[in-house]
Amino acid sequence: MSEIETGETRALQLPLTDEVIKSLRAGDMVEISGIMYTGRDAAHLRFKQALERGESLPVELAGQLIYYVGPSPARPGTVIGAAGPTTASRMDIYTPQLLALGLKAMIGKGRRSEAVQKALQQYTAVYFGAVGGLGILLSHSIKKAEVVAYPDLGPEAVFRLTVENFPAIVLNDCYGGDLYTQTAQEWALPAS
Amino acid sequence: MRTIDVNLVREAVAELCQKANYELPEDFVAALRTAREKEVSAQGRRVLTLLDQNQAEARKVQMPTCQDTGFVLVFVNVGQEVHLIGGDLYQAINAGVGEGYRSGYLRPSIVQDPLFNRANTGDNTPAVIHTRLVPGDQLTLQVLVKGAGSENCTRLAMLTPAQGILALKAFVVETVKLAGPNACPPLVVCVGVGGTADRALLLAKEASLRSVGAPHPEPLVAELEQELLELVNATGIGPQGYGGRTTALACHIERAATHIASLPVAVNLQCHAVRHQEISL
Repeated sequence: MSEIETGETRALQLPLTDEVIKSLRAGDMVEISGIMYTGRDAAHLRFKQALERGESLPVELAGQLIYYVGPSPARPGTVIGAAGPTTASRMDIYTPQLLALGLKAMIGKGRRSEAVQKALQQYTAVYFGAVGGLGILLSHSIKKAEVVAYPDLGPEAVFRLTVENFPAIVLNDCYGGDLYTQTAQEWALPAS
Repeated sequence: MRTIDVNLVREAVAELCQKANYELPEDFVAALRTAREKEVSAQGRRVLTLLDQNQAEARKVQMPTCQDTGFVLVFVNVGQEVHLIGGDLYQAINAGVGEGYRSGYLRPSIVQDPLFNRANTGDNTPAVIHTRLVPGDQLTLQVLVKGAGSENCTRLAMLTPAQGILALKAFVVETVKLAGPNACPPLVVCVGVGGTADRALLLAKEASLRSVGAPHPEPLVAELEQELLELVNATGIGPQGYGGRTTALACHIERAATHIASLPVAVNLQCHAVRHQEISL
């Protein structure tokens, strides 16, 4: 994807097994292929409300990956519009419950809460980062997109995406590793 | 007296909304490329290269660079000698936003009611509109498209005069650190100083309309901008928070008169999707 040397990129096939998740470390570069689901603020709120009412979720999340994205509309003849990640921390409040239900992975951007990082360890799950604002290039990895729940939410509906070689980096692994903490320690200059 | 039909405003706003989302300004692209040449972190260079490729592709295929096609802010400078005809100016602006977003395949991201029923309005209206009367017979429209990832990192400090510039610097750096990767660095750090609380926030927003990295015309301010930029880049957050020397491409400061008891400082972070366009009618 780029001529710059930043280490090896590993191909990952969805759904992710615990064995694969345990082999991932913060900072690993990956390319993800398979089926994933989208979900952001409004869909997560509806997940929570459904669970509170004792209902099952409109999609089975056990073993799955949620990509935090609200794509822009597709131009005719294209699969999807711009489709980069949104800030994950807004979903932090919902995430431990979904991980307890078997959710295995998320793609977003930005930091996660301590509670989420602990839940990643407890339930053997992983949080990937995609480059924020890389809407067009990331959309090229999305080969199919269909709304599977909450169509009234428009861009916040739940889409089922078929992706090929979607580029991401491990931000939080299942051992408490956090790329942002590592890089901040590595790159911060002494206060001037 | 010059007569301007608000339908011209509507058409112009629709076009500016699309152009802002599809084509990032040349000055920003130049700053991005300069930063890429200087960046010493491999991950940082990788991200900056990808962002340049992404903006070039968006321009080519006329698609938005980022799926968060933002909140539309319209700054309207109306010449005192302009007579507006053809209807309500604000309705025309919002009609332009709706048209631009619907026909341009831009994401509607606005809910009418922030509290009780967060239903999407479907066409990204209403815009936030700031109108100012100015001398002359021109009407100038500046459209700024602002994503929520960076907007959500906005902070305001009502500092005291005794705390001064030292506290301002600390507050700006603290804001960038708190935002970290969430605001989508490389940033343009926009700072509004003075006025009342609301004025400081508006100044900070207006600071993002400047050409990226064009130093402030007053040397003292330009010097402070440079110093803040170096402090922000010393954090090591880097492009996307993956580590590096380019946490920000520029720092822009705007000032206004303030009260003898006040030193308001507002920080409004601009993500790397710098999106603004303007036209004079």
